[in-house]
Amino acid sequence: MSAPAAAPSIPVTVLTGYLGAGKTTLLNRILTEDHGKRYAVIVNEFGEIGIDNDLVVDTDEEVFEMNNGCICCTVRGDLIRVVENLAKRRGTFDAILVETTGIADPVPVAQTFFMDEEVRKFARLDAVVTLVDAKFFLDRLGDAPEAEDQVAFADVIVLNKTDLVSPEELREVETTLRQLNPYAKIHKATRSGVALDAILDRGAFDLDRVLELDPSFLDADEHDHDHDHVCGPDCDHDHHHHDHDHEHHHHGHETHHDTEVTSVSLKTGELNPDKILPWISEITQAQGPNILRLKGILAFPDEPKRYVVQGVHMIVEGDLQRDWKPGEPRESRLVFIGRKLDRAELEAGFKAAAA
Amino acid sequence: MPEVTPLPLSGYVVDVHYVSGVPTFVLGDGAIALGTAGRVVKPHAGGILASALSADGKSVITGGDDGKVMRTTADGTSTLVAERGRKWIDVVAAGPGGAVAFASGRTVVVVDGTGKTHELERPRAALGLTFFPKGLRLAIAGYNGVGLWFPGTAAPVQELEWKGSHIAVTLSPDGANVVTSMQEMALHGWRLRDGQHMRMSGYPAKVKSMSWSVKGRYLATSGAGVSVLWPFFHKDGPMGQRPLELGGRQELVTRVACHPAEEIAALGYDDGMILLSRFSDREEVLLARPNGSPVSAMAWSGNGLELAFGCESGAAGLIDLTR
Repeated sequence: MSAPAAAPSIPVTVLTGYLGAGKTTLLNRILTEDHGKRYAVIVNEFGEIGIDNDLVVDTDEEVFEMNNGCICCTVRGDLIRVVENLAKRRGTFDAILVETTGIADPVPVAQTFFMDEEVRKFARLDAVVTLVDAKFFLDRLGDAPEAEDQVAFADVIVLNKTDLVSPEELREVETTLRQLNPYAKIHKATRSGVALDAILDRGAFDLDRVLELDPSFLDADEHDHDHDHVCGPDCDHDHHHHDHDHEHHHHGHETHHDTEVTSVSLKTGELNPDKILPWISEITQAQGPNILRLKGILAFPDEPKRYVVQGVHMIVEGDLQRDWKPGEPRESRLVFIGRKLDRAELEAGFKAAAA
Repeated sequence: MPEVTPLPLSGYVVDVHYVSGVPTFVLGDGAIALGTAGRVVKPHAGGILASALSADGKSVITGGDDGKVMRTTADGTSTLVAERGRKWIDVVAAGPGGAVAFASGRTVVVVDGTGKTHELERPRAALGLTFFPKGLRLAIAGYNGVGLWFPGTAAPVQELEWKGSHIAVTLSPDGANVVTSMQEMALHGWRLRDGQHMRMSGYPAKVKSMSWSVKGRYLATSGAGVSVLWPFFHKDGPMGQRPLELGGRQELVTRVACHPAEEIAALGYDDGMILLSRFSDREEVLLARPNGSPVSAMAWSGNGLELAFGCESGAAGLIDLTR
C-alpha cells in the first residue's frame, strides 16, 4: 500500500505514575506554560485538571484483547477511538498527551500505537514518562505491582518530591529505579518542576534516537553488579496475590530491593545477523508476555552501520542506523527489562550468535 | 468522465448527506456546509465527530466534542437534541419517527420521536449504533458482541456474542441480519431468525465503510484493495458463497456507497480516486481522479443522479452522472 502524501505524524507522550506522584501538577504545567506547542490531552479524570480546553478529552480506560485474547496484544480501545477522532481535527494541535490512571498498566497504552494501523498512520509514540514519588515509591513497590511496571516501562523517569527525603533515601530510590530500568533517563525534581523539553519530544521509540537519548544505556554494566536477581518462588505470583498487609518500613536499610521486574544487560563483540535476529525474534515470541521492553545496538561484521532494535512485548522493530564512528568500539549491547528473565539463558543465546 | 463540481471545504469531511435534497457536508472542524453556494453553519462549539441522516431525510444529526447532539435542517437551522457535559459524542444514529440515538463511553441514550429520553448503561463502551428499520429497536456494537435493545420497555437487552471488539454495526434493510465490523479486521454477522453466525474475514485493514445495495442483495465494504461485496440473497446468506470483488487497485478502498436504485456502487480510495463499478460485469467508470487524500465520505442523491464526496484534506465535490 502506498503511503498517502501524509502530514507528519503527531507525537504522543504517555504520562504514567502512581497516585500522588505529581502527574496532575505536571499536566497542568504542560497545558499552561508557554512552550509553543498545542496539546490535545487524553485523561481519565477530568475533575483534577482545572483547565478549560476543548482539546482535553475524558475517556474510560477500555483494555481490549485482540487476536483471541493474547495478552501481548492488549490495546486501549478508547484510545483508538479518541485518536481517530482527533485525526478529524488535524491542524488544531501539535502533539498528544495521554495521562493514565495511577494503577494503569502502561503496556496496552503503548501497544495501541503499534497495533492499530489507523492510529499508526496518524500518531507515533514519542516517550513513556513516569513520575515517581521519592518518599513513597519504595512502599509502593511492596504493595502495587503497577508502580513497578510503570518504572520498568519508562523512557523518562521524573523522580519527584526529592525535597521530602534525605540524600540517603534518595540514593536508595535511585538505585532501585536503576535496578528496574537501566536505560531510562532520570530527572530529579520537586513539585514536578522538570524542564518540559526533558520530557516532551524525546523520540524514545525512534530507532535512530534510541541510544543518543540514553547516555546511561552505554554504562549499563555499571549497574550490572547489583541487580543480578534470582527469581524466587515469589516471582510466580500474579498481580492479585500481593499481600496488602505488608509492613511499611520493611525495606528499611536494604540497598537492594526485591522486585519482580528485573533487567538483563548483555554485551559482546560483533554478532552474526543471521543468528542474532532470528534469536531475538524467537525469544520475544516465546517470552513476549514477560518482556516489557528491550533495546539494543548491534554490530555486524563488514557492516558500517549500527543496527538498532527496540521492542515492547512481542512487537520488535529494528533497522540499520548511523555509521559506527571511527574509533568507536564495535560492541553489541542488548538490554531486556521484564519478569522471570533467565539471565543465563539470555546470555548464552546472545553469545552463541557471536560472529 | 462525468462532470465534477469541486467544493473546497475547511476541514476533514466526516460525512456527507442529502438533506431535503441539499448536499450537506459535515466537517471535523465543526462546520456543516450546505449546498454549493458556500453556506456554512457551526452548530457545535468544537469539532463534529459523527453524524447521521434522519429517517425522513429532512435533517442531519451531529455529535460533537462539546458534548452536544444537534439537529440541523437544510435551511441551516440547528436545534439541540441532547447535551452530555464534557463527554465526546462520537457515535450517533437516527431511527424511525424522528428517534435519535447516541453514545458516549458506556452510556447509550435514545431520544424517541416524542422527545422522551431512554438511557442504557452497557458493560463496555458502545462503539457502533444502528436502528432497526421498523419499531424502536437499537443495535449496539461493542466489545465481545452486539446488544439489541428496545428503549422504553422492560425487555432485557438481547446479547449477540462474539469475542473481539466490534467497532461498527449495520442491519440489512429487511432487519433480518446484523453485521459488525471488527477491530480484528473482519466482519461478523448474525442471522436473527436462528442466531446463525457469519464470519467474513480476509481484510488487510479495518472495515470503516459498509453499504447495502438496492433491496439489500449485497453488503459492499471498504478495507481492502478491492471492494468486497458479500451476497445476502442466498438461503444461507454469504456463507459458502464467493463474495463479489469490484474495483481492484493497489490503493485501499476507504469508502463505499451503493446506488439507491441500480446494482452499481461508488468506490472511494485512499488516494482520493473514485470509481463507479457495475456488479453484473464489473465495468468501471472513473468519477474522480486521485487527489492524494483518502476519500472519507460519499452519498448518493435520492434520484441517484448525483454523488457527493469528501476527503480527509477537505477536498470535496459533486459528481453529475447525467453529463
